[in-house]
Amino acid sequence: MSRAVARHDEEQVDYGETILSVEGLTKHFSQGSGLLSSIFPKPKVKAVDDVSFDIKKGETLGLVGESGCGKSTLARTVLRLLEPTDGAVYFKGENLAELSGEAVRNHRKDMQMIFQDPQSSLDPRMKVGPIVEEPMKAHGLYEGEREERARELLEKVGLDPHHYNRYPHQFSGGQRQRVNLARALAVNPDFIVCDEPTSALDASIQAQVLNTMRDLQREFGLTYLFISHDLSVIRHISDRVAVMYLGQLVELAETDELFENPQHPYTDALLQSIPVPDPRAEGRRGVLEGDVPSPIDPPSGCRFRTRCPKLIVPAEYDLTDAEWANVRRFVRAVDRRTFEASTGRAIRAEFFADAEPRGDAAAVVDESIEAILEDDWDRAAALLTESFAENSVCAEEKPAYHVEPEYGRGEHFAACHLHRTKRAD
Amino acid sequence: MSEPLLTVENLQTQFFTEEGVVRAVDGISFEVNEGEIVGLVGESGAGKSVATSSIMRLVENPGEVVGGTVRYRDEVLVGFEEGPDGERRRSPEMLSEAEMRTRIRGREIAIIFQDPMESLNPVFKVGDQLREFIEINREVSKAEAREIAVDMLREVGIPEPEERYDDYPHQFSGGMRQRVLIAMALACEPNLIIADEPTTALDVTVEGQILDLVRDLQAKYGTSFIWVTHDMGVVAEICDRVNVMYLGEIVEQAEVDDLFYDTKHPYTEALLRSIPRPDQTVEELNPIEGVMPEAINPPPGCRFHTRCPDAREVCRRAHPAYQDVTGDEPPHRVSCVKYEDVGYEDSDPLETAATGAFGGGLVEARGESDE
Ligand SMILES: Nc1ncnc2c1ncn2[C@@H]1O[C@H](COP(=O)(O)OP(=O)(O)OP(=O)(O)O)[C@@H](O)[C@H]1O
Ligand SMILES: Nc1ncnc2c1ncn2[C@@H]1O[C@H](COP(=O)(O)OP(=O)(O)O)[C@@H](O)[C@H]1O
Ligand code: SF4
Ligand code: SF4
Ligand SMILES: [Mg+2]
Ligand SMILES: [Mg+2]
Repeated sequence: MSRAVARHDEEQVDYGETILSVEGLTKHFSQGSGLLSSIFPKPKVKAVDDVSFDIKKGETLGLVGESGCGKSTLARTVLRLLEPTDGAVYFKGENLAELSGEAVRNHRKDMQMIFQDPQSSLDPRMKVGPIVEEPMKAHGLYEGEREERARELLEKVGLDPHHYNRYPHQFSGGQRQRVNLARALAVNPDFIVCDEPTSALDASIQAQVLNTMRDLQREFGLTYLFISHDLSVIRHISDRVAVMYLGQLVELAETDELFENPQHPYTDALLQSIPVPDPRAEGRRGVLEGDVPSPIDPPSGCRFRTRCPKLIVPAEYDLTDAEWANVRRFVRAVDRRTFEASTGRAIRAEFFADAEPRGDAAAVVDESIEAILEDDWDRAAALLTESFAENSVCAEEKPAYHVEPEYGRGEHFAACHLHRTKRAD
Repeated sequence: MSEPLLTVENLQTQFFTEEGVVRAVDGISFEVNEGEIVGLVGESGAGKSVATSSIMRLVENPGEVVGGTVRYRDEVLVGFEEGPDGERRRSPEMLSEAEMRTRIRGREIAIIFQDPMESLNPVFKVGDQLREFIEINREVSKAEAREIAVDMLREVGIPEPEERYDDYPHQFSGGMRQRVLIAMALACEPNLIIADEPTTALDVTVEGQILDLVRDLQAKYGTSFIWVTHDMGVVAEICDRVNVMYLGEIVEQAEVDDLFYDTKHPYTEALLRSIPRPDQTVEELNPIEGVMPEAINPPPGCRFHTRCPDAREVCRRAHPAYQDVTGDEPPHRVSCVKYEDVGYEDSDPLETAATGAFGGGLVEARGESDE
């Protein structure tokens, strides 16, 4: 991207050109404060770790992921509401970290945010008119025409301009989210981060708000970073989609490509778990097992590897696909203790009926079954993890690859070693 | 067809508040057959939770079940009769509170609430809470109850159940807490489980795990379910039959396939058109205009008329009858005057939020007719 130093307030970015560029952005939280925690520092929460992406002017980049994966933290760090631990954010070609106070203020005006909960983000003691005018005041803009502009904006977002003097509690949830929209638009921004803007709304109301957001985007040439955990909403609103897992991006592609041709096992699992509003649709297959690991000590290499159904077999074992699939299933079951120790034969019948590993792998499996029969599950789990999970390329290197798209021509990034042959530079 | 397990007839529950009477559930009827998963779907405030707590007789002040019948097998959970002065009073067959507690709740019908923290005590260990529940309800020794508890935790997919037995609720994730509630609901092998939005607060991956679990358990034990949700995806996924609620009433009831492919009620139709799809690209969403009015003062005639794209003059006056419109078995019931002979065809279109120029979701519906 071009990093020409432009003059503040006048820099113009054309449609389709990069307006925001995030490079290696990282945010670690140190937990607790006070004397004790400075003597015994608590481990850091790695909420966002080395995330990079670009957003083009006029587009909507969807950001999707499970609760706690770091979406809101990423959004706040991009806007510098949180100080990044590492990495950089370029807005219209300028590194936000290197700007002086005045310039930062100027950029703040161009970057606005809408929060998840329309209730708590509006001051209950203020009328909605003044709420919308607040950012204009803060930036010293539109002196003398603020009320007129506020009324116009209320109308633009689909509210009655006569409601200028109403209080937030006099509005429904959907209407309050419209007030938030009007406020975000008050100082004529280019870029709006929307953090779950419709998650608290009912289906019929959500559709109204989403349509309004689209109309406003077209009218004002807005760029959105749109965060949601709802894949249907993401599919509807986004031009491109980024999927986040445990603080990192695992996949990024154009919307159709991502939904029709997912190239990361996590994206695939997410897509398979959505209940489709069609009773004739094919049932879901292979839902993901287990929970997301702690962001304090995330797994090495690929962070999804502890739950990945496609974990790559370590090079030192010579196993068929069926044998390796059974070994993986066994490792997970031992780790989660989902079965009872009975006899070695019963365990083998349960996990290795159709394909039993040979050679070195067989020795490891035998030893761990013995440990289980001695009721030493911890030893069995440790042995299996060391021998199999931690020897996989998935545990050794952080994956980052570019894949040839099937739909459209946009870049398709997939952080999965299954694409090893197409190494990214 | 055999007798239904549960029959709800014309159930009415009201809240007597300072602002007036909230008609939260206003005359709903449906059945649940053996081994069936019956959906109760609708937007927030439609009355789903009040309906489920009415069936269990758990409505709290200022709320009261004021009419209708709920029958479970041969037991009358809710029943009214007319007194000598024409007043409505409890029928003598209606079970006492003590009978509800000892005979019905937990043993015959179990309920899983929307918020797991409401049902789990934060100061007691998860395993002990489950064990105690089993001990009381199944009359087994403490040691036996503990064993059953561990088995149940494993069965609902809690990893390392023996280790996690001594954890406190806050040490569990949302999905794990919801599993514990399912374990608790299953513990006494009830015939019917009422689940009030048990997956709404969960991530899709966890929701998927829970839906799979329920389907497995249902196949294994033949338990019937009333599944409350606002998510049409979940409905399509697990329900056999569905009841659609709007503002205290059931407006449509059908087999799940008919509900989606032979939709009869304009509200159901509008709801289906308003949702984005995970499985296809939808260019334009068709929102339902306006918002659901307050249950305290519901619109006259058809309650949906302020938002209905098909509304006509007659819809404001005539309260639609809830009736079967196909004559098939099982019935497909709808409450809309389009399926009645009350002059819908000749009635003038109504100008509502749905047809008006103003799409702002205003609370007021502008209901003047467009001559
Ligand atoms: N101020 C903080 N101090 C310590 N840890 C934090 C802080 N804020 C967030 N975290 C942790 O960072 C991780 C990411 O949190 P974040 O709020 O960004 O998730 P999210 O993806 O927005 O989730 P949701 O979908 O639930 O909103 C979580 O593990 C969270 O507990
Ligand atoms: N304790 C209460 N006091 C007064 N009104 C209530 C109370 N509980 C529920 N209601 C009202 O009853 C109606 C139905 O509520 P509810 O059953 O919780 O809806 P749902 O579960 O479908 O979201 C709403 O209008 C709600 O405001
Ligand atoms: S890198 Fe390995 S563990 Fe990670 S998603 Fe790909 S196959 Fe699975
Ligand atoms: S009765 Fe009238 S307003 Fe009600 S759903 Fe039918 S057409 Fe619409
Ligand atoms: Mg968040
Ligand atoms: Mg509810």
